[in-house]
Amino acid sequence: MSQATAECPECGGSITFKSAPVLHELVRCPDCGGELEVVDLANLTLALAPTEEEDWGE
Amino acid sequence: MAKLSCAIVGGTGYTGGELLRLLNAHPYAEVTQITSRSRMGEYAHTAHPNLRNTIAGNLQFARPEDVTSSDVTFLCLPHGEASLQIDRWAGLSGTIIDLSADFRLRDPKAYARWYGGAHPAPQWMNKFVYGLPEMTRKQLAGAHYASGVGCNATATNLALMPLVKAGLLDTSKPIISDTKVGSSEAGAVASDASHHPERSGAVRSYAPAGHRHAAEVEQMIATARSSSGTVDANAPQATVYMSATSIEMVRGVLATVHCFTKEPVQEKTLWKAFRDCYKGEPFVRIVKTNTGIFRAPEPKILAGSNWADVGFAISDDGRKVTLLCAIDNLMKGAAGSAVQCLNVMHGFDERAGLEFPGLHP
Repeated sequence: MSQATAECPECGGSITFKSAPVLHELVRCPDCGGELEVVDLANLTLALAPTEEEDWGE
Repeated sequence: MAKLSCAIVGGTGYTGGELLRLLNAHPYAEVTQITSRSRMGEYAHTAHPNLRNTIAGNLQFARPEDVTSSDVTFLCLPHGEASLQIDRWAGLSGTIIDLSADFRLRDPKAYARWYGGAHPAPQWMNKFVYGLPEMTRKQLAGAHYASGVGCNATATNLALMPLVKAGLLDTSKPIISDTKVGSSEAGAVASDASHHPERSGAVRSYAPAGHRHAAEVEQMIATARSSSGTVDANAPQATVYMSATSIEMVRGVLATVHCFTKEPVQEKTLWKAFRDCYKGEPFVRIVKTNTGIFRAPEPKILAGSNWADVGFAISDDGRKVTLLCAIDNLMKGAAGSAVQCLNVMHGFDERAGLEFPGLHP
């Protein structure tokens, strides 16, 4: 069975799922490191997951 | 297969030492001659103690006058010296890789402008291929002569090239590259400026304007635009301004390049440009992540490696782009690129001798 893939909404990178994706599953983009959430299984779609911002001294 | 014999002319400096280290572990080349005027007769490891008890470290320095023929000659001489005797070096080796600035520029007028005088051997300028394989790989394959690269120019060029090749760069606006550099860029000869109490902790703007490497960047932008077919006949030539600041670091360059795009761009557009430009490149990595502490290129983790880490950020209006590139100045900015050129010129695996991944922490 071929592995499911989806596009990162942030950088356009390709995310490959080792097992069948689950709705609301969190995955990380290997290119930009963005934390992504599976928001649609029918047309496998990812959205940026809400994250806590770090304070970098600004 | 017999290894290529290599001579390093000017072997006491840091780039000569790095070449010796790299070629000591190279599967297809070995150093058989190394020269030094100041250390004639001494073992190479006296200048490069990391190579004690290695084959390369046990070579003895000879005088430049005593160099005999070899397959490859690496010239690691002060700027201006290689071109004075280039006919002699060409008579001794079929392959020359010159790490100085003598043969980086194609245009004699540009050389005179940036280096303060006429080129001593202008007939040789076009015989050398600029030694940055990411940009000149096709020309380097089978070439006999390659120039070195300026370390700050390399960091700037590798940061800029994705935009240039994708035709995104607005060349009507200035391109500004600010580089932070380590102390090894100043070379192995001590000076008042390198005296530890003066140098340690310094943030020294040693070239706030008029850095010579801008000439290499302008030359590479023009070459890349023409070869990638993105030249608009009406588009102006790019003007590059560079500044350099030495900081508390021994090895490394971080180039921060400020430029503008023709049209507003989104992150995905630049991701595509960077991926298209560097897909399959053995030594360039895109570093732009949203998590962790290494979110952007950072020279510290590249010491001793031939990696070039590149990244970018875009202003809110999508027009102003900040490009980043980190390298080890002695490696990707000098000796590493030189060995990479050797590999390309002789058809070896481009990674040969260059697979050390750097250190962390």
